[in-house]
Amino acid sequence: MSLVADHIDLSFEEIRALQQISFEVQDGELFGLIGPDGAGKTSLFRIMASLLVPDAGRCIMQGFDVVKDYREVRKIIGYMPGRFSLYMDLSVEENLNFYARVFGTSVSENYDLIREVYQQIAPFGKRLARKLSGGMKQKLALSCALIHRPRILLLDEPTTGVDAVSRREFWEMLKRIQKQGITIVVSTPYMDEAELCDRVAMIQKGKLLEITDPSLPVPEDTEALFSIRSSKEIYPYLKEIRKMDICRSAWLFGDKLHVRLHAKKDEGELISQIEAWNDPALTYEAIRPSIEDRFMGLMELEHESGLENGGNSL
Amino acid sequence: MIQGEHMIEVRDLVKKFGSFTANDRLTFYVNKGEIFGFLGANGAGKTTAIRILCGLSYPTSGYIRVAGHDVYREREKIKKKIGYMSQKFSLYEDLTVSENIRLYAGIYRLGRKQILKREEQLLERLGMTQIRNRLIGQIPLGWKQKLAFSVAIFHQPAVVFLDEPTGGVDPITRRQFWEMIHDATEEGITVFVTTHYMDEAEYCDRVSIMVEGRIDALDTPAALKRQFQSENMNEVFLKLARR
Repeated sequence: MSLVADHIDLSFEEIRALQQISFEVQDGELFGLIGPDGAGKTSLFRIMASLLVPDAGRCIMQGFDVVKDYREVRKIIGYMPGRFSLYMDLSVEENLNFYARVFGTSVSENYDLIREVYQQIAPFGKRLARKLSGGMKQKLALSCALIHRPRILLLDEPTTGVDAVSRREFWEMLKRIQKQGITIVVSTPYMDEAELCDRVAMIQKGKLLEITDPSLPVPEDTEALFSIRSSKEIYPYLKEIRKMDICRSAWLFGDKLHVRLHAKKDEGELISQIEAWNDPALTYEAIRPSIEDRFMGLMELEHESGLENGGNSL
Repeated sequence: MIQGEHMIEVRDLVKKFGSFTANDRLTFYVNKGEIFGFLGANGAGKTTAIRILCGLSYPTSGYIRVAGHDVYREREKIKKKIGYMSQKFSLYEDLTVSENIRLYAGIYRLGRKQILKREEQLLERLGMTQIRNRLIGQIPLGWKQKLAFSVAIFHQPAVVFLDEPTGGVDPITRRQFWEMIHDATEEGITVFVTTHYMDEAEYCDRVSIMVEGRIDALDTPAALKRQFQSENMNEVFLKLARR
């Protein structure tokens, strides 16, 4: 086991940033943490990286406790924080050499591991980190996090604010790093990236809602989810569908609406309504929930239970 | 959306920094009440163009009018008629909800009575009346973004510029945010928006995609998907940017 998080609790004054967080990550696994800003992902990363001590619970990295054995932990992890972590007044090469030497190694010793990432920025080796574009900074930060050949790579929102093309390239790189036997824990606000992980933990307001394997089929019959697509304009239908009693929730999904019904037996009513609109631009089908659907469903459940308890979401 | 009445008119916009051409002969228009998606990879030149349209930077050359005013000679008039919001900066963290609303309203010279009335309406609509005296730094990001958008259109601008408004927010808030955008256009506001979420590109009336300083594609999402034989806008974007 690469990582064991065991009932981690963390509070900042009144705010409970993390509540009873437990999960395990297997050796060589690509494990995702998804959740919006403020969910507690960064606090969790800082605990895993031995930079923050939890109020309660334990976190074990490759057998080492992040509190007691923090020196050992720091040798075996590579950490890429969400905020850019390089030295702006050092060049690309200087940053990389600096990180290698801090960890008592050299660039040449582990160059094969970073070659693929680093060769894309190597032509700018003499340029100051400050003058790199966002995508290049990200590649340099990844190179620096890998240069001591860590057992576990911790990446806190490496693709936030990054365009769709660079995001895809970044994930292709992660897959190749994983093949080298390195365990990866990565957080992201992009649900499509979550689908690329071996397993995903969904986090909301400091709580771990669920851990799923995106490749496994979702249990059927648990909910009735419909996708309605329009080749023209879908937005006007959103408000119409929400007015229906059978509608539990309805949200925009690109050029589609995803409609969650209260029960499977309500399908007929939805279909007859769609047919009644008699709009040739509309098509519909029953679908299985994606990670994004599931996450939104869990958020809605949380919200509803919060309301029942009279709780304010603030 | 009103065809023919252009809120933004851009012809052959060029912006150079030394020998580097950040914007290379951009030509497009935005209809009144339209949601116009301004897409492109990091570094494609989007921010440079937005700064020019907002009257914060001069173009090197080109004919550019925003809300009926010229970007060379009437920048102050443009600033009064536009709203702006970005993910990176939106509200003052150390002011309360209410103070932020009044600050922005004051900057745009709204009258005191008008501010008080509209502030009540806004807080009511957002369900934030009870937290009006809370500091912005203490409210969740999703709420902040919704408030920031409302503040950006509080003075009823002709055009609102939204620069990656939904970065980092949860999937439900992101969608609620887009519903707010849709509702705003029904009141006649024109929306100029950038995003890295390609599903959001589908919510725009028309979309332009910038690659290396040029606009390489511009059309409705449906037409772009046909043109590039793609299932969704993500595929369109990848095909263009990797060409």
